[in-house]
Amino acid sequence: MIVLDNVCKTYSTGVSALNGISLRIRKGEFVFIVGSSGSGKTTLFKLLLKELEPSSGRIYINNKNIGRLRRRKIPKMRRGIGVVFQDFRLLKDRNIYENIAFAQRVVGKPAKVIKETVPQMLALVGLADKAEAFPKELSGGEQQRASLARALVNNPPILLADEPTGNLDPDNAWEIMKLLEDINKRGTTVVVVTHNQDIVERMQKRVIRLDKGQIVSDEKGGVANDR
Amino acid sequence: MIGRMFFAIRQGFRNVGRNHLFSLASIGTITACLFIFGIFYCIVANFNYMIDKAQTNVGITVFFDTSMTEEQILQMKDAIDLRPEVEHSEYTSADEAWEDFKEQYFPDGDEGILAGLDNDNPLYDCANLTVYLADTSRQSDLIAYIEGLDGVSEINSSGIIADSVTDFSRLISYVSMGIILILALVAIFLISNTVMIGITVRKDEIAIMKYIGATDVFVRGPFIIEGMTIGLIGSVIPVVILRLLYTRVVDFTLTHFTILRNVLTFMDVSDIFRILIPVSLAAGLGIGFLGSYLTLRKHVRV
Repeated sequence: MIVLDNVCKTYSTGVSALNGISLRIRKGEFVFIVGSSGSGKTTLFKLLLKELEPSSGRIYINNKNIGRLRRRKIPKMRRGIGVVFQDFRLLKDRNIYENIAFAQRVVGKPAKVIKETVPQMLALVGLADKAEAFPKELSGGEQQRASLARALVNNPPILLADEPTGNLDPDNAWEIMKLLEDINKRGTTVVVVTHNQDIVERMQKRVIRLDKGQIVSDEKGGVANDR
Repeated sequence: MIGRMFFAIRQGFRNVGRNHLFSLASIGTITACLFIFGIFYCIVANFNYMIDKAQTNVGITVFFDTSMTEEQILQMKDAIDLRPEVEHSEYTSADEAWEDFKEQYFPDGDEGILAGLDNDNPLYDCANLTVYLADTSRQSDLIAYIEGLDGVSEINSSGIIADSVTDFSRLISYVSMGIILILALVAIFLISNTVMIGITVRKDEIAIMKYIGATDVFVRGPFIIEGMTIGLIGSVIPVVILRLLYTRVVDFTLTHFTILRNVLTFMDVSDIFRILIPVSLAAGLGIGFLGSYLTLRKHVRV
C-alpha cells in the first residue's frame, strides 16, 4: 500500500531531512509515525502527498511509483489519500455541511451523490446535528471530526493525519483516536504522525520512530519516546 | 462537468465582488482602453468610408484632340475599361457636354441667348471620358497609361488630396494602436494584481483544494472567470457609451457644420457597431483571460 525504498531528502538549503528511509505499510494497517521536532516527520508527510520530491529513492502508493507520476496526474493520486491536519483547515466562510460537500465538488461528484454522502459522513463522525454550524461555532474536537469527515467523504484507501490531536484536550484527543480506529476497522489504512506519547502508548499499534531523518525503531505497541 | 462549470462561475463572480476595489480599477482601465479603441475605430472607419465615397464620386476626366472621332474615343474607352484599377468609365460627347452645361447654368432654359449656339457648339472640343477608379492608390499608374495614348489632350485628376488623406488616416491608426497596446498592458497588469489578491485571500482554500485532489483547471477556473468577467464588464461599458455618443456626435456635426455636409457622409450606426461590438468583447475577454492566466501559471500550481 505504502512503500518507501531508501528515500532521502535534502533541501536546497543543504539541510538533510531524511537519510535513507525504507518502510512498508500494508493495506488496512494502523501506523503511528513519531519523533521529535526536526526528526523528518513532516518531510515524510509531504513526500507522501507529493508536495515535495525525494532527492533519491522511490515511493510507491497503491502500487504506483509516485516519483514517475506526471504533474497532470497528481490530483488523481491525491484523491486516494485523505488528509487531516493539526489545525483542521476548515473553510471559515462555509458551514460544516458545505465544507464536506466541498471535497466532493472538487472531485466533480454529482449533486445527487453529494446530498446522500455528506449526511452519512456527518453521522459517522457524530456531527449530524451540526451540519449548519460554522467552524468557529464548534469546539476543537468537533472541528477535527468535521475535517475527518471531509478527508473520508471521497472514500480514500489511505488516511494521513498530521498531529490530529495536537490542538485538542486529552478527552477530545482520545475521541478522535477512537474514531480513527473505527475508520481503520472499516478497511482504511491509517497513518498518524504525532508526538502525543499517551495516545501512542494507549493505542498499542505499530509505531515507527524517526530521529534525525532515520528510522530508529519500528515495532508493534511501541512507545513515542526513548526511556 | 456542468456542475463544475457552475461552481467555477459562481466562485469567479464571488471573487469579483470580494476585491471590488481592485476589480473596479481593472474594469476602469479596460473601459478606458476599449473606449479609446472605439473612438479611434469610429474615426478611422468613417474617414476611410468618406474617402472611399469621395473617390468613387471623383474620377479622372480625360479630354481629347479635336481630330479624334467618337468611334476612336469609344475604342479607347473599351481599352481603359479593361484596366484592373478602373471601375467604370462614362463617355460624354461634345453635344452632351453642352446640354449639361446649359442645364447647370441656365436651368430655366433661357432659349434666347442659347438657341443660336446650338448649331455651333461652343464646347465642340469638350468630348470627354470620366474614369472612375476601383483602386485609387493606383491612380498615377492609370494616368501614366492614358497620357501615353494617342489623341489625349488633357487629364484632370485630384491625386494629391487622395494621397494625403490616406496618409493621415494611417497615422491615426498607428497612434491609436500604440495607445491601445499600452493601455492593454496596463489592464493585464491590473487584472493580474486583482487575481493575485484573490489568490492570497483564498490561499487556505487553494491549499485544501490541492490536498483533496483538485485539478489545476478546477483551482484556476474561478480566477479565470473572475478575470474574464472583469474583462467583459470593461468591454460592455465603453461599447454602450460609444453607442449613445455616436448618433449624437454625428447629429451635432451635421447640424453645426452645414458647409461640410457634402463631404461628411457618416457610416450607419449598425455598420460601425457590427464590427466594434464583437471586437471589443473579444478584446475585453482576451485581456481578462490573459491577465488571470499568466498570474495563475506563475502562482497556482498543483
